[in-house]
Amino acid sequence: MAGKNRSRGPLDYGRSPWLIGFGILVFVLLYAPIVQLIAFSFNDSKRNIVWQGFTTKYYKVAWENASLVEAFTNSIAIAIMCTVVATIIGTATALWLWRFRFPFKAGAEGVMALPIVIPEICMGIAVLVMYSRIGGWMRTFESGPIHWWNELFSIWPLNLAAITAAHIAFSFPFVAVVVRARLAGFNRELEEASKDLGATEWQTFRNVVLPFMMPGVIAGALLAFTLSLDDFVITFFTAGPETNTFPVKVYSLVRRGVSPDINAASTALIVITLVATVLAMRLQAPSKSEG
Amino acid sequence: MENWKENRVVFWVTALPGIFWLTVFFLIPLALIWGMSFGEKTSIVDIEITGTFANYARAFKEVYLLIIWKSIWISAIACALCLAIAYPIAFGICFSPPRWRPLLLLLIILPFWINLLIRTYALIAVFRTRGTLNYFLEWLWNLAFMDKLIGPYEPLELLYNNGAVIVGMVYVFMPFMVLPLYATIERLDRSYLEASLDLGASQWTTFWKVTVPLTMPGIVSGVILVFIPMLGMFLVPDLLGGTNAIMIGNVITDQFKAANDWPFGAALSFLLMYVTFLALALRAFIGSRSRGRVGV
Repeated sequence: MAGKNRSRGPLDYGRSPWLIGFGILVFVLLYAPIVQLIAFSFNDSKRNIVWQGFTTKYYKVAWENASLVEAFTNSIAIAIMCTVVATIIGTATALWLWRFRFPFKAGAEGVMALPIVIPEICMGIAVLVMYSRIGGWMRTFESGPIHWWNELFSIWPLNLAAITAAHIAFSFPFVAVVVRARLAGFNRELEEASKDLGATEWQTFRNVVLPFMMPGVIAGALLAFTLSLDDFVITFFTAGPETNTFPVKVYSLVRRGVSPDINAASTALIVITLVATVLAMRLQAPSKSEG
Repeated sequence: MENWKENRVVFWVTALPGIFWLTVFFLIPLALIWGMSFGEKTSIVDIEITGTFANYARAFKEVYLLIIWKSIWISAIACALCLAIAYPIAFGICFSPPRWRPLLLLLIILPFWINLLIRTYALIAVFRTRGTLNYFLEWLWNLAFMDKLIGPYEPLELLYNNGAVIVGMVYVFMPFMVLPLYATIERLDRSYLEASLDLGASQWTTFWKVTVPLTMPGIVSGVILVFIPMLGMFLVPDLLGGTNAIMIGNVITDQFKAANDWPFGAALSFLLMYVTFLALALRAFIGSRSRGRVGV
């Protein structure tokens, strides 16, 4: 290494062996449990302690566990639905707060950030209480006299819709934050130029603002996706006994102890979330260099 | 920025979706539990809002005060440990070669995106009686011929105590602490450090008298960002602490599940909210003060 010849300056903390050693130790400790979890999903041993050889049979076991697969599909379905709606609402909110000056704006910003800052458990029980209040009323809604309405609920059952609605409520403020951060780098003169040249409000949005904020929107969407997919607390409270999402299902399994098929299922979820996250980060990265 | 009156249509089109969703699925539910915290159970399913403070009074009884106190000190210790680990990490990343920084930051944040439940589960496999850590300790024990001298290794009971909960919290939240610290340390004007060192202060003095005060906003942000979710945490104490390390989150959950005392659970969760608001106000206060002083 070329750096070895140079002596370390007083501010060259980046090359302090203590700091590097500590950093490596922390990284190892941070990843070791996760690596172990993934490794042991391929371990050919029920008790999951000593390495017995490579197998993928626990992926098959997990796959054949009907309730686990159902919980997984529920989670994915909820996450996709949540992503679509939360991205639209979050983007609108970001545009609103970015573009306009209005009375009590600081208050509105504070309230919009509330779902991000309050403990999850408070939100979970709040939504639980509301659903229990309006539950009966919603049920009559679900099997109402209107035909197409019933059709709608047969495709997207009420309990899934209830969980999705709660997920949207806590994830769209995150989308709004991400999109607004992207918009902060937008040159407003471009918007004015577009309007001066005769473009309508919609044309300006569609052809000038939207292309610019698109990386932020996609990053926000992926964030909403992972938030929804990962959520345990809020689903734990809002899901009825008959509906499971993946984290809630895993929780009920984990309470009974460690077993390799949970490792296999967890590994699948880790891969999905990490792919979404890395994608989101790659999309967000150029915004910094451009801005 | 445009005045909202100049374009009311766009204003309302962008404002209403968020306002609607937040009101229906967040603010109204919160108002409901706030009301419920002043209510009483009249039967197994019915709750009447009577304006009583009995639920809050009950929360201040000794049993619950002890749990609240325990939640606070467990979170405080875990938070302090997070800071002690995250600060050198954030510092190291800031002073590493620029092209490495995004990668190092990504590596730190990545575990944070893995499901909390899965990370906690991963820790169970490490800490349980026949887990990795006990295997490792046994290997060390035998390596030092202790099995010949003293006797066979007795696996330690590492799970289901306060220590396990603290370790779990630190493991889960440490990455979250790095971000605000990194953001402030990166903006730190290094000429202050140079000046301090040039004027004869030692590295140690410079760190405590210059670096720490200048990065205080980041420290405060990080501490609050981590402390609030720790305080309301329910999964980690539930899975790693068992019945020995009950925190306020577990008590609240219990009121809404097994114990079925919703008004009391509502009162407890609102106490948690008040603590949260207090912490946020504190952050805003310290933030505005330090901005005034340092002139950032």
